[in-house]
Amino acid sequence: MGFFSKRKKSVLPGFGLSMGFTTFYLSLIVFIPLSALLLKSFELSLADFWQVVTTERAIASYQLTFGASLVAALVNLVFGLLVAWVLVRYSFPGKKIVDALVDLPFALPTAVAGIALTALYAPNGWIGQYFHALGIKVAYSAFGVTLALIFIGLPFVVRTVQPVLEDIDKELEEAAASLGANRLQTFCRVIFPALIPSLLTGFALAFARAIGEYGSVVFISGNMPFRTEITPLLIMSRLEQYDYAGAAALGTVMLLISFLLLLLINALQHWSNQRQGGTK
Amino acid sequence: MSVIELNSLNTVPAVQLRKATAEPLWLRWLLTALALGFLTLFLLLPLVIVFGEAFAKGWGVYLAAITEPAAAHAIKLTLIAALIAVPCNVIFGLAASWAIAKFRFSGKQLLITLIDLPIAVSPVIAGLSFMLIFGARGWWGEWLNEHDLGVMFAVPGIVLVTIFITFPYVARELIPLMQEQGREQEEAALTLGASGWQTFWRVTLPSIKWALLYGIILCNARAMGEFGAVSVVSGKIREQTNTMPLHIEILYNEYQFAAAFAVSSLLALLALLTLLLKSTLEWRAAKDYAEAAKLRQVE
Repeated sequence: MGFFSKRKKSVLPGFGLSMGFTTFYLSLIVFIPLSALLLKSFELSLADFWQVVTTERAIASYQLTFGASLVAALVNLVFGLLVAWVLVRYSFPGKKIVDALVDLPFALPTAVAGIALTALYAPNGWIGQYFHALGIKVAYSAFGVTLALIFIGLPFVVRTVQPVLEDIDKELEEAAASLGANRLQTFCRVIFPALIPSLLTGFALAFARAIGEYGSVVFISGNMPFRTEITPLLIMSRLEQYDYAGAAALGTVMLLISFLLLLLINALQHWSNQRQGGTK
Repeated sequence: MSVIELNSLNTVPAVQLRKATAEPLWLRWLLTALALGFLTLFLLLPLVIVFGEAFAKGWGVYLAAITEPAAAHAIKLTLIAALIAVPCNVIFGLAASWAIAKFRFSGKQLLITLIDLPIAVSPVIAGLSFMLIFGARGWWGEWLNEHDLGVMFAVPGIVLVTIFITFPYVARELIPLMQEQGREQEEAALTLGASGWQTFWRVTLPSIKWALLYGIILCNARAMGEFGAVSVVSGKIREQTNTMPLHIEILYNEYQFAAAFAVSSLLALLALLTLLLKSTLEWRAAKDYAEAAKLRQVE
């Protein structure tokens, strides 16, 4: 199997078949296309590559993409913890439905989310009209982009924190309380530290997802170059001008960032699993 | 502050006593209200507005919007793409999780990371990558053109990017579950004389069926809703290469809001159905798990 070689003999059959098919499929669907992207961007000289990925318009798009993604992931960090806490610790009517609904952003097509959020936050929309009265522009601004990214990343923190919170031993909290800690101290010193790895994992997942998001943002952003244009959209407009190498260069930058984030997430998850296993 | 609850069943305390490990009632209410407010704003309202706007101009407009030829064709194409992409990814998911969960090999963590890659990669980049291979100026573009095989701006391209975007979902559901289950059961089956395929069909498959079903449902929802990648490779030709999400975009940009939301409402229904099935499957899986635990106790 070359790179992925089996280390220990197992009695189970099918390693060659399943591993062979997996690597074949992965190469066909992922490696070949992504290497085409990298190779295309290498057609540019290093100076040209640098020039393409650092134009003023590109820099503005990175600022919006990463800035809005960061803010959205932070909002999700805070509210994700809150939602997970309420779902695990408290009971209220309709809790099961609410719990199921948290996954909506995974299941709802991004284009549908995009037009729904735009309709809500447009100057004459249900919510947008109140902001409009205050003179705040929500749709067609960076604010709107952030809202769409909050929607997209909402389930991640909730779903990574929820199982860890469920597993926390009540006895630890009882011990803290009997030693004289009040609720806030117990939360800050006992519960919160146990949640940190899962919070970070959820944050990184929401951030990674937000960076690449296209469908929901494209409707609510208004797509004005330099102001509300995210990087994936800039790639799209390069493509429409048949500037394939330029599009590939920008794509390569984003791909590298995504891959690094993914490695970070895996490391965080590994840490999180170890921590969880350690407390038992 | 530290009022300890006395477990006296008969005396009802005048003031509600609070456990030392619970928050005061007002705080519980406040937190619940904040969480529900946040979810209403971000989840419920978008869902409500989709259906509200879809029926804003009445049933007639709604039915016309989802039955006109362009919409019907978009629905058909979306179904075709999902019908091809999902089974491909199911086979891949089964093979990958079998290899990863049942065997030890070096580079396993890297392989898992690579399988996750399409979730982190922007759909636009996915579309662009396929364009660079199959597009007119791509690697195989000329050859495809000579043989009159349309991949870009045609159905095969749409199917390919849909496979790319959705391929981790089944594998991701199965890998952790199968890793947890280990391989004792399969080893026992083999020792008792079952063949490899028999072991897979009769031992492995039944124990992962709920996770597999959930993976399929999620994969399907993703496949039918994919927008960014498909919009790069489809060319958006009406009644030829338009999928439902692309059709929604066109209607929306033409200011046909009621029609755009009508088609959206179908996809929103699919999303709700997905969530419902997910909850049901989780409930079934938990029930199976509890029953298995009970059986073990009896033994």
